[in-house]
Amino acid sequence: MQQFEIKRLIPMELFGYDVSFTNASLFMVLALAVIPLFYLIAMNRRALVPGRLQSTAELSYEFIANMVRDIVGEKGMKYFPWIFTIFMFILVLNLLGLLPYSFTVTSHIIVTFALAAMVWLIITAIGFMNHGVGFLKLFVPDGVPFWLLPIIVVIEVISYLIRPISHSVRLFANMMAGHAMLKVFAGFVVGLGLLGGWAPLVFLVGFTGLELVVAFLQAFIFTVLTCIYLNDAVNMHHH
Amino acid sequence: MIAALSALAVVVAAAAHEEKAGGLPQLNPADFSPQLAWLAVTFVLLYLVLSRVTLPRIGEVLEERRDRVQRDLDAAERFKSDTDAALAAYEKALSDARLKASSMAKEVRDRLAADTESERARTESELTAKLTEAEQRISATKSKALASVDEIAAETASAVVGKLLGEDVSPAEVKKVMQPAAE
Repeated sequence: MQQFEIKRLIPMELFGYDVSFTNASLFMVLALAVIPLFYLIAMNRRALVPGRLQSTAELSYEFIANMVRDIVGEKGMKYFPWIFTIFMFILVLNLLGLLPYSFTVTSHIIVTFALAAMVWLIITAIGFMNHGVGFLKLFVPDGVPFWLLPIIVVIEVISYLIRPISHSVRLFANMMAGHAMLKVFAGFVVGLGLLGGWAPLVFLVGFTGLELVVAFLQAFIFTVLTCIYLNDAVNMHHH
Repeated sequence: MIAALSALAVVVAAAAHEEKAGGLPQLNPADFSPQLAWLAVTFVLLYLVLSRVTLPRIGEVLEERRDRVQRDLDAAERFKSDTDAALAAYEKALSDARLKASSMAKEVRDRLAADTESERARTESELTAKLTEAEQRISATKSKALASVDEIAAETASAVVGKLLGEDVSPAEVKKVMQPAAE
């Protein structure tokens, strides 16, 4: 589990809190640098007929824009930059974590929980800003017999409160699981040596491919769920 | 889901193993504050850069391309309608010319036919006139000749009678005598 350890590279302190620059901070800053840099290079020529890099950049833009438009509608496009930031940040952190000797920021529950809590708080604020107290009707589904209402409302409230937990644990568990598995099988490769190490090595190659998919998929799922929650707050559709 | 569950199993097993070393690194509260602080800073900065600079740029390029494509489509539509109009004008001119040509041909044909007809009528009337004139001339000659016949007959008769009777008988007398016979 050494790969998940936080190492303080530059110890710092602010208002009595430990805000050291750690290996996790390093990779967050790396993502902060890599994402705008990629778009800067990709969109540098602003070509009418895009090249390969520019196509990729535009594809990512359209991908998230269409997701927001499909799930939330035009009213949700206000929040498009925010959703886009969430997606790219998680995706790049996941992918950076796959590099050997790197650190996966999203394999830390505190990070994913903080992201999910931010999503939850902002969306709840949006809900109350758009609908006022009427947003509470989200917990009272239509067409439920009145004698069931007390139970249903309690369940709805709990499921709403639990959202940030399920939202964050999914990402955290997937990222951590993948990396732990990679580490375990890498250990087998070394342990079994030249004679027996080939089998886990082959598995490792395949599994790395799978992890690439998971890295994308988890960023995608986190973003889709954010859009679905946002849809609740913007449109208040009952399911 | 299955991956997540198996991962959790791995995690739990690992946690049990490393109990002595202080458990999972993820669950060490001392590491929370630096993580949260840097997460907040980097996320907010990334959001600002993306929403202020990067995304508007991409949006601009996409918008520009959409406009350009729309403009080109419009232009193509315009050219097509121009072509259609020109084609229609050409067709119309062609059919007009064809109509005019056929009317001209008909006119010429009619005129020629009328000319021929009048020429024929004129010739015919001329011929008829000539014919009647000839007929008149013939009948005049004939009546003159017939008149001459009487005279000749009278003269001959008077000569014959004179020779027979030995006295002169004027042709007028002969004529007088012959008149009833002739009738």
